[in-house]
Amino acid sequence: MAAFLARRLAQGLAVVVLVATMVFFLIHTAPGDPFGASMENPGISESIRATWRHAYGLDRPLAEQYLRYMASVARGDLGFSFSQHLPVRDALASALPNTLLLMSIALAAAFAVGIAVAVIQVRQRGKFGDRLLGGVSIFLFSVPDFWLAMLVLTSLAYWVRWFPIGGSVDPGAYDTMGTAARIADRLYHLVLPALTLALLYFPVIARHQRAALLESISSDYITTARAKGVTERSIVTRHALRNALLPVVTILGVVFPALLTGAVFVEKIFGWPGMGLLIVNSIGSRDYPLLTAAVLLASTFVVLGSILSDVLYRWLDPRLHSDL
Amino acid sequence: MSQPLLSVQNLSTFFHTEAGLARAVDGVSFDVNAGETLGIVGESGCGKSVTALSILRLIQQPGRIEAGSRIEFEGKDLVTLDDAAMRDIRGNRISMIFQEPMSALNPVFTVGDQVAEVARVHGKGSRRDAWNRAVEMLTLTGIPSPEERAKQYPHQLSGGMRQRVLIAMALMMTPALIIADEPTTALDVTIQAQILDLLKGLQTKLGTSILMITHDLGVIAETTSRVLVMYGGEIVEEADVQVLFASAHHPYTEGLMHAMPQITDSRERLNVIPGTVPPPTAWPSGCRFRDRCPYAWEKCEKEHPPLYQIDQGHTSRCHLAVEPDRRAHPHVPLVEQVGATL
Amino acid sequence: MISDTPLPRVDWIATQRKWLGSDRSAAFATVLLLAIALPCLLAPVFAPYDPSAQPDIIGLRSIAPSLLHPFGTDQSSRDILSRVIYGGRLSLTVAIVATLVSVTIGTVYGAVAGFLDGVGGTLLQRILDALLSIPRLLLLIAIFAAWNNAPLPVFILALGLTGWYGLARLVRGQVLALKAQDFVQSARALGATRSRILTRHILPNVVSQVVVAATLGIGHVIVLEAGLSYLGIGVHPPDASWGNIIQEGSDQIAAHWWISFFPGIAIVLTVMAFNVIGDALLRALQPRKSVIE
Repeated sequence: MAAFLARRLAQGLAVVVLVATMVFFLIHTAPGDPFGASMENPGISESIRATWRHAYGLDRPLAEQYLRYMASVARGDLGFSFSQHLPVRDALASALPNTLLLMSIALAAAFAVGIAVAVIQVRQRGKFGDRLLGGVSIFLFSVPDFWLAMLVLTSLAYWVRWFPIGGSVDPGAYDTMGTAARIADRLYHLVLPALTLALLYFPVIARHQRAALLESISSDYITTARAKGVTERSIVTRHALRNALLPVVTILGVVFPALLTGAVFVEKIFGWPGMGLLIVNSIGSRDYPLLTAAVLLASTFVVLGSILSDVLYRWLDPRLHSDL
Repeated sequence: MSQPLLSVQNLSTFFHTEAGLARAVDGVSFDVNAGETLGIVGESGCGKSVTALSILRLIQQPGRIEAGSRIEFEGKDLVTLDDAAMRDIRGNRISMIFQEPMSALNPVFTVGDQVAEVARVHGKGSRRDAWNRAVEMLTLTGIPSPEERAKQYPHQLSGGMRQRVLIAMALMMTPALIIADEPTTALDVTIQAQILDLLKGLQTKLGTSILMITHDLGVIAETTSRVLVMYGGEIVEEADVQVLFASAHHPYTEGLMHAMPQITDSRERLNVIPGTVPPPTAWPSGCRFRDRCPYAWEKCEKEHPPLYQIDQGHTSRCHLAVEPDRRAHPHVPLVEQVGATL
Repeated sequence: MISDTPLPRVDWIATQRKWLGSDRSAAFATVLLLAIALPCLLAPVFAPYDPSAQPDIIGLRSIAPSLLHPFGTDQSSRDILSRVIYGGRLSLTVAIVATLVSVTIGTVYGAVAGFLDGVGGTLLQRILDALLSIPRLLLLIAIFAAWNNAPLPVFILALGLTGWYGLARLVRGQVLALKAQDFVQSARALGATRSRILTRHILPNVVSQVVVAATLGIGHVIVLEAGLSYLGIGVHPPDASWGNIIQEGSDQIAAHWWISFFPGIAIVLTVMAFNVIGDALLRALQPRKSVIE
């Protein structure tokens, strides 16, 4: 297992380096210039712009910019953000925990609901319940996230004022609250964005789980279980599910990177101060360093996610680790 | 005359598929008595496995046990029993052993867990009690170091051992009847002999009845006292095992006997019954074996033969029972050598 | 002569019959899709008004859905129904063209990557792995934030160039599996050139994967374009696309919900239709790999 892990990590590193290279060249060769004349402040003279360009190293040859970039990334220095006026690393460091918090809760809910929906669909297979849930799943799977977020926000925070309009804390009162009240306030602000995200993600999980369950349930060992007198409910929830959970672990590989980038639109609409909002806000100012770093970080998560799911799969499947 | 343990009466199991109605089991009746081993023999496609699954009501859509079927067991009709009562019987009063030990066991649970589950499902005692009994059963079926083996997963055991596990599973609640569906087909010949010995020994010790389903006449000869021959979804012959081997009546049974290779033979090619089994969606009219039968005549096409009584305890579904002289004039050979016709 | 070995070809006629006949949801989805796509693609015929006309900024501004304006009007008195229809024309065109680009590149790349042995094949695979690690949305945001006023064809091209990786991997896998089979070995032994083997023997087997990927891909791109347009870096006003109509209505959504609501419904229904059809195709062509239903 250790050798396997080491090998995968090395492969992953190679991929990340390749990605960093590709992204760098892509963004730096695109037309457009953060200090170009089309920026909001036409009163700034060209010579000042030239000074800025020089200060940010944008007038050096591309190859040189690339090497400096790779060296600094290796050191952990991701540059300075034009839009946040902070080192990129600091900007990311303050936004990242918020996104991780939101997405972990949303994904946990999505997995729980998704697996439950799949189990219900399989137990009711062919009947109305199966079709209804299937239809709901396809609907949610096809909905654009920003639109769903808008609907949820408008209906549950404007038309009926059950939840706050946005942000992660109450801007006015938070600082004066005690710890328990603070936690409650955070949770209160978490509900709507997490709900939206859970609605967006559970259909994918339900789909995969359903397919895996259906395949599992037509296996011979299920007939054996029935011949022992096991109830239908236990057949699905214990015998078939345990086998069917394995393929769902591979979804973790797909879902893990979503921890970082899955909430871009939702964060914007609910004003949740995470990675997504940061990225959206940096669009207007063409914040190269921030955007490049965000893409790189996201790619790293993708690679880590696939390694994680490979490792988990090996660990969970008794057939694969009896090379002991 | 004591009551039979199991009485199957006019069992029909049809599959309602898009390709048509498959009459896999078509009006089958037989009894299993306490303490006896009854064999059902036939080629694949004759309906023997479906019969076995029907007894325990394990047939899934699009298959269905048809109205008019009746299976009497311990004073109940298994066909109309409610689900909870049926589950009560499965694994408890009637158990089943399956053909493919690898795929019949769940790969993600330990062997001990799966065997113990039978006791847990039927509510006997604690988890510890169930586990202990499982180990007891594994010992009974001759698995060495049963305590350790119980903690292992199916893929860590050999084929023979897995089959012993399935047998242990079947014995957990000391059932009155064990249905063994081709229990040795997937195993090596030497292991086969061991498993059959095991089953015979267990029967003597525990007095369980066994319904032995197989395509192998050798297994029939070894283990059973009475035999049913199935073809085309029906029983075509029923007899005590010695009678069957000494004086089989139905041409199909005859053909099976001749097709069996003898170790003392010095032939170079195997014998087969010419032709193939017709599909269950389209049984031929009249006698279902007539297209492959060396003696068939007009009557066989027009009239579906009933089970004629040949002798005490010996029946045969063949019109030769009323016109025995036709047996002297076969118009095609009973068996032919492999590759002789195309 | 190189034998044109009978391949396990897809029986299209039987597939069509089975799909449209027995699977009602796929048939229904096809009808729905046509009902939406036809009016959109023939926008000048179906749209009741000129989508950019502002006839009466005072009298006709921001009215709720009514008989004359079934989807209402916005604050410039433009008719939303017409905007949605014209917007549909643009959104669908973008999605279809971009998907065609993706599918072409993906198939070719995957086939070549699978077919080549040795260093070439491994290199192509590694590049593919790296590309697959980059989240599409983020990459597109990064590119179009840097390149602010990209013309529409560039936008479509970028969408196409970022969407082929998944199909390439599927095709590569398929080609690898096919390469090992006998009929390819025998074609080789009989002296067929590599390009001939590729085009005559391998590509036809890959068609089913490609068709399914294309159908599902169009749905993805519709949603992606809508998102990018919503953020202001996709289709720019005054051109209407479903995404930027939603954006225009987003700051008044509580009071004038119809502006953002109807384009959203249009997206949902269209994408649902593509997903249902795509999955029905998947089931019809490769029954064991079905995922929905």
